[in-house]
Amino acid sequence: MSLKFELLGLIRDRASHGYEVKTRYDELLDPTRLVQAPQVYSTLKRLERDGLVRVAQVDQESGPERRTFEITGEGERELDEWLWGPVEPEPRLHTVLYTKVVLALLAGRSVEQMLDVQREAHLGRMRELTGLRQSGDTARAVLAEYALFHLEADLRWLEFTAARVDDIQVELNRHVNSARRLS
Amino acid sequence: MTSMEASPAFVRADESCPGKRGLLRASDVTKSFGPTVALHGGELCVSAGEIVAVMGPSGSGKSTLLHCLAGVLLPDQGLVEYDGQRLDAMSDAERSRLRRTDFGFVYQFGQLVPELTAVENTALPLLLERRRRREAVAVAQAWLETFGLAGLEKRRPGELSGGEAQRVAVARALVTDPRVIFADEPTGSLDSAAGVAVLDEFTGAVRSRGVAVVLVTHDARVAAYAERTVLVRDGMVTSPDTARTVRAS
Repeated sequence: MSLKFELLGLIRDRASHGYEVKTRYDELLDPTRLVQAPQVYSTLKRLERDGLVRVAQVDQESGPERRTFEITGEGERELDEWLWGPVEPEPRLHTVLYTKVVLALLAGRSVEQMLDVQREAHLGRMRELTGLRQSGDTARAVLAEYALFHLEADLRWLEFTAARVDDIQVELNRHVNSARRLS
Repeated sequence: MTSMEASPAFVRADESCPGKRGLLRASDVTKSFGPTVALHGGELCVSAGEIVAVMGPSGSGKSTLLHCLAGVLLPDQGLVEYDGQRLDAMSDAERSRLRRTDFGFVYQFGQLVPELTAVENTALPLLLERRRRREAVAVAQAWLETFGLAGLEKRRPGELSGGEAQRVAVARALVTDPRVIFADEPTGSLDSAAGVAVLDEFTGAVRSRGVAVVLVTHDARVAAYAERTVLVRDGMVTSPDTARTVRAS
């Protein structure tokens, strides 16, 4: 995951040194703290190399020097372009689940059972997220909602597919048979 | 449509209260309406203070299961026990009383009496139990305040928003201090944001008081509030735990 725009956005808001950027990133954008500090530092280095941020100040009271970064004009331009442009809509073709459905049917296994097991796993995650949403503030809640809406969409797809398993089976058999005839 | 023969793996078992008696238990419950079998060998066990979601597509029999558990319907076969008592062994009057004192109900639509105010609607179960009016209103008032409805006591259902009306319904379900609440699509008629807010408050209230809930829904977002989910499909109750057990064997 690229942190380019996240860090540019935080630095435009406030000129900061690396540790401060990392702390604000965790606080504002990533409550699950998936991003490690080295990733933040290497991204900052790249942003500086590309002229999107520059060092505004260097402090060295004790220990290693602390460099405070500020955004450049070019950095602002790129940030705004990203911020006000649309995000690429992810196709979210659920290839893993779909692949499992097809392979289960080819193997003559119960797809419904497979979907039930998956549904329970999804519901388990949704329970955790519902708990997180209830315990957090609004900013955290909307972040949890994002995942909840997507998992809900997966579940709807599972229901939709479960209701059409017989049709898919018929189509697959047709494919398999015509392939046999060709060979 | 899956025939019952086609899915023998789904034993109609709900082994969720093993070793425990459970507060509410349906065993091998079958219910037909004329020639239609709505529920076939339904099993469900609910422990005290537990929220169990019953999911399934519409027409799957989940509401029939709920009505059998609540003693609204009597099963053709099988039995339902509440706190060690068989519901079918009770008289109609005893079952009605149980529903007023120990059970609470939240439905999707049209459950508030349009002629009564919010506080009267909330107090209704207590008034039916012949509690003194002043006392009943005071308890109802406190519940309305819990759900952020202070100041709206005198409004009639037509003068409330969907979310407010649903909160009144939830307050009414809790007003008798029940041990089980039966909720059938409790937020089905609300838009998503309002539904989430009502469910947050509802589940918060029941958890803090240890009230068990049977939550019927087709919506995974709603089911995610429960500790556990069972599925009803074609009139049969299945639980994922059972599916796994069978698959592993």
